[in-house]
Amino acid sequence: MGKANKNQSRRSFLKVTSLTGGGMMIGISWFANLIPNEAMAHVADNNNWVQLNGFIQITPDNQVKIFNPNPEFGTNVMTSLPMMVNEELEADWSKVIVEMGDYDTPRFKSQFTGGSRAMAMAWMPLRTAGATARLMLMQAAANQWGVPVSELRTEKGEIVHINSGKRLTYGAVATAAAKLPKPEKVALKKPGEFSLLGTPQKNKVGKEIVSGQSLFTMDYQVEGMLIAMVIHPPAFGMQLKSFDASEALKMPGIKDVFEFQVYKDGYVKAGFDTRTFNRLIAVVGNSTWEVMNARKKVMAEWEPIQTTKEPVMARGGKRDEIIPEGLESTDEHLRQMHEMQKKPMRVARKDGDPEAAFKNAKRVIERTYTAPFLAHNPMEPISCFAHITEEKALFVAPIQIPEMMKQNLVANLDLKPEKIEMKLARMGGGFGRRAYGHYIVEAGHISKKVKAPVKLIYTREDDMTNGIYRPTYIMTYKAAIDENNNVTAFHVIGGGFPESPLHENRFPAGAFDNYLAESWELPTNITIGAYRAPRSNFNASAEQSFLDELAEAVGKDPLDFRIDLLKKAKANPVGKNNDYDASRYMGVLQLLKEKSNWGSPASKNAKRGVSAYFCHASYAAHVVDVTMKNGQPYVEKVVTAMDCGFVVNPEGAKNMVEGAVIDGIGNALYGELVLEKGATQQKNLNNYRIIRHREAPKKIEVHFVQSNIDPTGLGEPPFPPVFAAVANALYKATGKRLYNQPYIKELNKNKA
Amino acid sequence: MAKFQLKINGKQLSVDVDPSTPLLWVLRDHLHLVGTKYGCGAGACGACTVHLNGNALRSCQLPVSAVGTQAITTIEGIAISETEMHPVQKAWLELDVAQCGYCQTGQIMSAVALLKRNPNPSETEIEAAMTGNICRCGTYIRIKAAIQHVAKSSKK
Repeated sequence: MGKANKNQSRRSFLKVTSLTGGGMMIGISWFANLIPNEAMAHVADNNNWVQLNGFIQITPDNQVKIFNPNPEFGTNVMTSLPMMVNEELEADWSKVIVEMGDYDTPRFKSQFTGGSRAMAMAWMPLRTAGATARLMLMQAAANQWGVPVSELRTEKGEIVHINSGKRLTYGAVATAAAKLPKPEKVALKKPGEFSLLGTPQKNKVGKEIVSGQSLFTMDYQVEGMLIAMVIHPPAFGMQLKSFDASEALKMPGIKDVFEFQVYKDGYVKAGFDTRTFNRLIAVVGNSTWEVMNARKKVMAEWEPIQTTKEPVMARGGKRDEIIPEGLESTDEHLRQMHEMQKKPMRVARKDGDPEAAFKNAKRVIERTYTAPFLAHNPMEPISCFAHITEEKALFVAPIQIPEMMKQNLVANLDLKPEKIEMKLARMGGGFGRRAYGHYIVEAGHISKKVKAPVKLIYTREDDMTNGIYRPTYIMTYKAAIDENNNVTAFHVIGGGFPESPLHENRFPAGAFDNYLAESWELPTNITIGAYRAPRSNFNASAEQSFLDELAEAVGKDPLDFRIDLLKKAKANPVGKNNDYDASRYMGVLQLLKEKSNWGSPASKNAKRGVSAYFCHASYAAHVVDVTMKNGQPYVEKVVTAMDCGFVVNPEGAKNMVEGAVIDGIGNALYGELVLEKGATQQKNLNNYRIIRHREAPKKIEVHFVQSNIDPTGLGEPPFPPVFAAVANALYKATGKRLYNQPYIKELNKNKA
Repeated sequence: MAKFQLKINGKQLSVDVDPSTPLLWVLRDHLHLVGTKYGCGAGACGACTVHLNGNALRSCQLPVSAVGTQAITTIEGIAISETEMHPVQKAWLELDVAQCGYCQTGQIMSAVALLKRNPNPSETEIEAAMTGNICRCGTYIRIKAAIQHVAKSSKK
C-alpha cells in the first residue's frame, strides 16, 4: 500500500490527570485505523493494532517531560516525535526532557516502530496533545489572572499576559490546569506557522550516547542477575535429539543447563511471532565469559526435522505454515527459482493484451535478477532481560512492536497480562530484526526456570546463524518493443523463498497499455522476516536495473525515459489500482536531474547511474558516481532527491538518508548470506561483509522536495533504489550489466 | 579464578576472574563499565575499542591476564572533567553523528587514539584508522566530518 488512508475513522483519546505532588499529565492514546502497511503483510487482521501512546508531564518546578511513544532504534524518533508535541506545547525545547515510554498497560496500549510509519502516525495526535496541554495551561493562567484566554500568549514554557506583561510558568499553573475540563477542540498551527518543526534539531539522546551510558538491553544489569545463552541447531532443518550437560555443569560459575521449548505445541503464531528453532538448550551462569566457555562443553546431538505444519493467524485468517524437511542450500534455491520462472504463475495483474503485444513485437528484451538471503546484523546482537516472579513479569527488551508480544508472552509463559511490565531499551539497530520478539519469550522461560533475573545474550554468531532473514528472491522482466522503439508490453514474474517480492501495482504499472504481473512462492525452512523496506529492497533493484537497460534499448536517456513513462502514467493511467502518485514521483526525478547536474559526472573518472523508487509513502531517487579502484568498484558520491512530505527535522532526516544510502551501497555490493546443507556459511563479521569507512562515499548530497504534505517516513524509502543506481553506474564503468546480488561477486566472477 | 589489579581510567580496580576472560567482559560484567560494547567477539567490528597505553585496541581480543600494569582508558574515562566532554565527543554532538548509537563509543575511542598520534589526519588516514569500526547505520560521513572538525579546531 503506501498512501495513508485519509478517510479512516479516528477515535482520539486524551486523558488529563493530576500528578501526585502537583502538576499535570496528559496521556495520549490514539486509535487510528490506518491500513496495515507493506511491512505488516504477516500481521493478524486486527484493526486496532495501530495505536499511539505517549504522554506529557509538567511538574510545579516547570520541568516538562515528554515520554516518547515509539521504540527507538536509530531513526531518531526520540527527537522528532517530541518535536511534534512541543511545536504546539511551546515549552522551552532546550529544556524539555525526553524519555522512552515503557510498555506498561494501560498507560501505553501500544507502541510501534517499523514500516516507516512513525511520522505519519504521530503527526496529528502528538500535535493535538501538545496543543491541548497548552490551551489548558493558558486557561488556568487566565482563571488565576481573571482575564480571557484571548489576551494570553505562550513563550518557552511561560504564559504571558500580553497587555500587562505578567508571566507564569507552565509549572506554576500545571496543578490547576489538570483540574480543568479538557477542551473538545483545539486549533493546530499550519506549516507556515511552525517555529520548531522543520528546523534542524540535534539528537536529544546525543550526550548519553557519546558518553557510553547504559542505554541498551546489553548494558542492563541488576543485583543478582544471571547471564544466559542458548544453543540452537547447527543448521536449518535440524532439531535437538539429546544432549549431555554433565561437563558443562562442572564449569565455574554455571548455575543450570536445561532444554526448553519456546512456543507450546499448537500455539497459533501471530504476524510477528516468527522464531527459528523451537527447542533450545539454555546455559545459565554468573558471567558472560563463563557461560560462553561452558556452552562449548555441552554435547548435543541433532537430528533432521520432518515436514511440519504450524498454525499462523495472518491477514486473511488462520492458515498452516509448512516447514519442509531437508537441508537447504543457496545453489539449490537458485536452481529452483530459475526453474519456477519458466512456468506460468498466479496472475497478480493484467492490463490490455500483453500476449498479443509480445507476439507482434519486433524485439523482446528479457532479463532475470536474483538476490540472496541477508542477515540484519544490528550492531547490538539480540538480547533480553527477564525477571519473572509471582508478583510481576518484568522485561527489559529491545523490541520494535511491544504490543504484538503480549498474547505470545501470555500464551507461552503462562503469564497474566496485567502482570507484564516491559521497559523498552534503546535498540542498537533493528532493520526489521527486532520486530520478532521470540527472544523475549526465551528469556522469560529461562528466568522462570532459574527463578532469578536473567539477561539472555546472543553472540554475534547466534545472531547471524539463528536469524530471521531477508528472503532470497528472483524477478524476470520482459519488454516488447515495436519497430518505432516504443515499448508495447511489459511483463514481470516475481518469486522467492518463501514469499514473492512482487508489487504488481507499483510503477511502471499504469504506464504500459499491455501489462502482466505474475507471482509465486515456495516453502522453505529458513526463517524470514521484514528487512528494511521488505520486498521493495529487491523489487526496486531489479525493476530499476531493467528500466535502465530498457531505456538504452530504445535509445533514450535513462532519467528522461522514467520521466516520460510517469508523464504517461499521470495523463492516461492504465488500470485502477496504481500505487503511486505520478506527479510526486516525477517531482523527485526532476529535482534529482537538476541537483545532480545529470549528464556531467562529479569527477572525470566517475561514471553515473540513476534509480528511483516509491515505497512506504515516500519517494526517493539517487544518482550514484562510481569509479574503479584497483579493479574494484567504489561509490565516491551520491546525490539524492527525496519527497517525504513536510520534513520534521531536517538534520535527523539527512542523517537517515545518508545512512540508508550507505547501507544500500553495502548490501548491493557485498551483502550475502549463503546456505549450505542448511547452515549459513557466514557466521560472524569477519566473513559477513558490511560496508566500512573506506568503502563509504566521500559525499552524499540530500535534497528534499519542499512540501507541506503531512510527513511520511524515511527509515526505509531511500534504501531500495540505491541498489540499481549502483548497478547502473557499474554498467557504465565496466560495460557489464549486473543481474545477481551481491554485485561484487558477479563483477569478479565475470572477470575471472 | 585469579585476582587482577587493573589501572582503568586512572583508578586502581581489582577483579577476581578467570585469567582468560577478555578485558571486554571484565569491563562490562565485573566493573559495570558498559560504554565499551560487544559487537562480534572476533575483533572484526571495533565496538569494544578501548585504549591500552593510549593506543586503540579491541578489548574482546585481550585476555585480562595480559593487561598487567598497562593503563586502560574506556569511553567513561575520556572526558576532560565531570562537566566537560572530550573534544571528540563534542564534535560527535556538533555533527549529530549517531543513529542507533551502539557503535559510537568504539568509533570515538578509535578517533581519539588517531587524533592523539596524528592531530591532522588526511581523509585517507582517517579512513585507514577507522575502517575497523563498523557502523551498521552508515554514519561514516558524519564520523569523518566530526574527526576533521576536531582536527580543524585544534589547529586554530
